[in-house]
Amino acid sequence: MASTDFAAGDARSRRLHADARGPAAPPEPEAKSWSNLHAPDARSASAASVPIAVGGRALKVFLSNPNAMFGVVFLSLVVLAALLAPVLYPADPLSMVARPFLWPGQNPAFPLGTDSMGRDVLSGILHGARISLFVGLVATALGLGFGILVGAAAGYFGGWIDDLLVRLIEIFQTIPSFVLLVVMVAIAQPTAPVVTVAIAVITWPTVARLTRAEFRAIREKDFVMAARSLGYGHARIIFREILPNALPPLIVTSSVMVATAILMESALSFMGLGDPNVVSWGSMIGAGRELIRTAWYLTALPGLAIVFTVLALNLIGDGLNDALNPRFSQER
Amino acid sequence: MALLSVSDLSTHFHAQGGTLRAVDGVSLEVGRGETVGLVGESGCGKSTLGKTIMRLVDPTSGRIEFNGTDITVLDARRLKAARRNIQMIFQDPFASLNPRHMIGDILTAPLKVHGIGNKAERRKIVEDIVQRVGLPGDALGRYPHEFSGGQRQRIGIARALILNPELVVCDEPVSALDLSIQAQILNLLVDMKRQLGLSYLFISHDLSVVRYFADRVLVMYLGRIVESADNATLWTSPQHPYTRALMDAVPDPARRRQAAPIYGDLPSPQNIPNGCRFHTRCPLATDLCRSQEPAFRAISPGHHVACHYAEPTLN
Repeated sequence: MASTDFAAGDARSRRLHADARGPAAPPEPEAKSWSNLHAPDARSASAASVPIAVGGRALKVFLSNPNAMFGVVFLSLVVLAALLAPVLYPADPLSMVARPFLWPGQNPAFPLGTDSMGRDVLSGILHGARISLFVGLVATALGLGFGILVGAAAGYFGGWIDDLLVRLIEIFQTIPSFVLLVVMVAIAQPTAPVVTVAIAVITWPTVARLTRAEFRAIREKDFVMAARSLGYGHARIIFREILPNALPPLIVTSSVMVATAILMESALSFMGLGDPNVVSWGSMIGAGRELIRTAWYLTALPGLAIVFTVLALNLIGDGLNDALNPRFSQER
Repeated sequence: MALLSVSDLSTHFHAQGGTLRAVDGVSLEVGRGETVGLVGESGCGKSTLGKTIMRLVDPTSGRIEFNGTDITVLDARRLKAARRNIQMIFQDPFASLNPRHMIGDILTAPLKVHGIGNKAERRKIVEDIVQRVGLPGDALGRYPHEFSGGQRQRIGIARALILNPELVVCDEPVSALDLSIQAQILNLLVDMKRQLGLSYLFISHDLSVVRYFADRVLVMYLGRIVESADNATLWTSPQHPYTRALMDAVPDPARRRQAAPIYGDLPSPQNIPNGCRFHTRCPLATDLCRSQEPAFRAISPGHHVACHYAEPTLN
């Protein structure tokens, strides 16, 4: 083994402390009289020679996961579509550009055909990606941020703070969420930012409950006790010690939340409660639903866009969960 | 003056079905440079006592004086400063290290929190302690799960020592380890004590470990200290029937059973027996024991027992 010589030098100083590796290693006083004391410790040798690249480890695990990569590739396509939509189709996707009911492939200028009003379906799907991603990502970020703050405070501090915050969470959870969403959007203007905030308002309690449960379990662990006995402040314990350990379920939840937010926006648009000035996948399905027997592609194409985007987000969430858990990734 | 002086300390928890008296009027002292062993069976409150002294659990009553300052009444800022001097080594080396942090971060963070040194100085302190506790040089860039149990306990010890404390509360630091590793860790603790001038409060249910390690031994039963003596005295003339039963439970081929073994389980700390709290399991219990709680009295210099029938020892 080539690495043995390399490790022998620094292994000597270590040996003074009777290295903990060998199960049969004797306690210190006797160690000096052992005849095999100078045998190189094979395990420390190999450990010392293995290059350790900790920074890239999570990334490497994530990149080697085929499901996650499928998710990333498809989501990149959606992001690309959203970015390129105004370049490829600078015209308003709601304007009439051709004869209605062109089937996909009938006219090369409109690869995915036109709808009942003669609007380009491909242009609609590309522009629809913008609103879906905007609503999905921003609503999740808001819901996650607020939910984590509330859940962490409730779970970490306990006592009356917990009682108070749990009541608040329960108030939101007892109201049927989609009804609340419809009411909020109906009262305010049905614009994209309003829809986004409304979705965040109905999704944060799930995050808060999950975060609270994780924090309650983790705050009793010895490493949190150790952090307290070392005099760490509350913020450091919450964000540096506990939160990283509470992340895996939150990451999975957040990818599902993006998917749910996209679905909710679609549902609102389908019901005609979305922003009437922008085209979205949901509004396209809503407009096509009466023609489902004669022109099924009008509902199927935006529907497939939703299905694959949601699936991609779920796969990414799973991949992140595997990659961010160092022990799990090691055992695979 | 003793380094740590605990007087009449109680820690009660409010649980369903009544108050759980985990620690119930404990007084003890740890002198500078002294190793005090605290033994007792599972559930007798020794870990709670350790955590209360660490101020991880709030005491119900009593005083904990460290270097003459009562640390039960300190505000947050002064408590943080006081924590530098009292540190803890935990039982389970798999649970006591944050799995998400590299060893370097685990050891550097306490120095950052207490504002010790600049980046280069902190690095030096961390490297020094890693070498002292016998960890490989590349340990700093690795995660806890890459280490064996014994090595993790070395990391736990390094973390406890990095702020240069005066007192270390060891909460069963070797009971989760293999026997061969136990000896290594105990030797490391002895070494560190010698090098750094530490005092230990050593909590354990393993009498043989305490015998090897402690200068003075406290025996705890159901939230209270029942016997206190220096190590040699306790082993040659244990007075409390509970202490004798504990010693009898240590397997020793050279010694035949002398005291009657104790039967049954520890009574619930929610429902502590009247009179002497050991009378329900004591082979020598009389009516006096059932009605009157024995005082914790000195039967010879440095040897205290809470038993009506303890006799002065003759050395």
